[in-house]
Amino acid sequence: MSAATADVATIGHRLALQRRGTVAVLVLVVLLASLRYGDAFYSGINLTSYFDDAVKYSLIALGMTFVIMTGGIDLSVGSVILLAGVAGGLASPHGAVVAVLVGVGTGAAVGAVNGLLIAHSRLEPFVVTLATLLWARGLGLQLADTQTVVYGTGTLQSLARDKIFGLTTGFWLMILLFVLAAVALKFTPWGRTVLAIGDSEESTALLGVPTRLPKFSVYLLSGALAGLAGVVLGSQTGSVSMDTGVGWELIAVAAVVVGGTLLTGGVGSIGGTLAGLLLLQVIFTIINFENGRGGIEINSYWQNVVRGAFLLVVVLLQTGVGRGRKKS
Amino acid sequence: MTDLATRPAAASVLRNTDWPSFIRRYGAAIVLALLVLFNIIFTDNFLDLRNILFVQLRQAAPTAIVALGMALVIATGGIDLSVGAVVALSGQVTAVFLLDGVPPLVALPIGILVGVAAGLFNGTLVSRFGIQPMIATLVLFTAGRGLAQVVTGGRIQTVNQPIVEFLGLGVIAGLPISVFSLIVITIAIVLVTRFTPAGTKLLAVGGNERAAGLVGIRTKRVKTMAYVVAGGLAGFVGLLELGRIQASDATNAGLNMELDAIAAVAVAGTTLAGGTFSPGRTIIGVLMLRLLQNTLVAHGIPREVAQIAQGLIIVAAIYLLRRSRDAR
Repeated sequence: MSAATADVATIGHRLALQRRGTVAVLVLVVLLASLRYGDAFYSGINLTSYFDDAVKYSLIALGMTFVIMTGGIDLSVGSVILLAGVAGGLASPHGAVVAVLVGVGTGAAVGAVNGLLIAHSRLEPFVVTLATLLWARGLGLQLADTQTVVYGTGTLQSLARDKIFGLTTGFWLMILLFVLAAVALKFTPWGRTVLAIGDSEESTALLGVPTRLPKFSVYLLSGALAGLAGVVLGSQTGSVSMDTGVGWELIAVAAVVVGGTLLTGGVGSIGGTLAGLLLLQVIFTIINFENGRGGIEINSYWQNVVRGAFLLVVVLLQTGVGRGRKKS
Repeated sequence: MTDLATRPAAASVLRNTDWPSFIRRYGAAIVLALLVLFNIIFTDNFLDLRNILFVQLRQAAPTAIVALGMALVIATGGIDLSVGAVVALSGQVTAVFLLDGVPPLVALPIGILVGVAAGLFNGTLVSRFGIQPMIATLVLFTAGRGLAQVVTGGRIQTVNQPIVEFLGLGVIAGLPISVFSLIVITIAIVLVTRFTPAGTKLLAVGGNERAAGLVGIRTKRVKTMAYVVAGGLAGFVGLLELGRIQASDATNAGLNMELDAIAAVAVAGTTLAGGTFSPGRTIIGVLMLRLLQNTLVAHGIPREVAQIAQGLIIVAAIYLLRRSRDAR
């Protein structure tokens, strides 16, 4: 536990290097792809589906980043997306605003339950959110009567299809939230406390800084963002199917780790998460693209293998960064 | 009960009943007993030996075997998210070999070896490279199922062979094979952990890795072994699942098994922080969660609601366990 100051500085420095590496690889991959595929790579359909997916995943990855910074984990986000997506869909006949409020509110409520149990009752985040993964999905399925939920009004869909400077409103919403989050992390007492808790909760508490509320708040935020992701998904596709969100929590965790946030907490970056997510997504887009052109024969099942292999490369490169720091 | 936790206060516990500790040790068993009692009264034919052995226990046994491996890993302070994917991979590899006409005497051990190799991979990442267990095993969680799908091309193919039929429907000493194997494996694990230094080393590493290393325990080897055993058991369960389905099914074999196993270990009163291992209570945890599910479904409650109940009981269990921890 006794991480010397020099140690923390080194870790921060190396993770910052890794983040630059992630951004550099992202730029390189995009450049190579545009050289190879030309304008087709930037075709409407390809770009839209790329950013549609990126928006959904990035919202949960953003919430996950804060949770992981405190040294916790939120396994329930995939189920919250389903539950909130269903709730938002059922509310959508009453208008777009109501649908968004209900979706985000549902997610926040689930997040609040996680937060209470973890911050107040001091239960293990892994098991609490694992239980929530079960009951929230059960509740979503029950609420929808296990039938695909259709989004009623046209307002939400047109909002999702509207474009500003050639990119969807969802994309700009994502950028706005990431900027806000980065500012909050860097320049607010709340953000500093979140990182301090992840570094050492005991020391933070000993300094007289309240730790319960910030800890509660990251799970609340994660739930609310997952709720928003559920409504965004519903508005993008016009419906929420019952297998929505299965395993998405791990897509988010992978993006956070690739983005240079330490899984044991205390060190992390908002921009890094976005870069990590965009990089992972662009790699899968390229795989799909190669398939589409018939250039190489990679069936879709390889996606998961590639995702796992990529994660392996990143953690191996990261090796030593977190070493000797803490017992996980 | 085979509780290996070091418990200096054992004498005082005997003198005046320590209720929190009592709940911690026997809570899951009491709930299981209540569920059994409820079923004896309200469920038709529950006490029929065929139902007990060939429905309830046969369903629970594969998860219980995986949970035993998980409990070993958790005792070292780790976690293994990959076991469900390893169940899929070993079963699919074996299925493909069998379909290619490879004799069962070769194909079945290969399945188990796949699991052992996966465990060695996980264990090496965790102990040699110092990667956090969650992320290390996330690699195979993702890639393992992907590989299983690649191996079978994602097809569901019936495997009509006597050996597969035997694995699924065979009976040894009056017991279904899965139940028989569970008993043999449990006895083996209890013998090794109680009567060889292995058990002490395991708990020492989980309790305080640094101290364990200082007194001369090869902590890396102990940790790696835990993952190897967990992987080997998952590989074996892959064969049992192949027998149960009588076909290759890369997408669904072992799905969510890691979550069921972790939940069972948690409700059994084991903290995920490591340092405790109790095979008996782990199995009771599995039986309790499985019987709860079956009881609800048997009494006409939808599966989704049963899932909600499962989530809630996990939260309730760890909440009670926390109170007993605080009281100690």
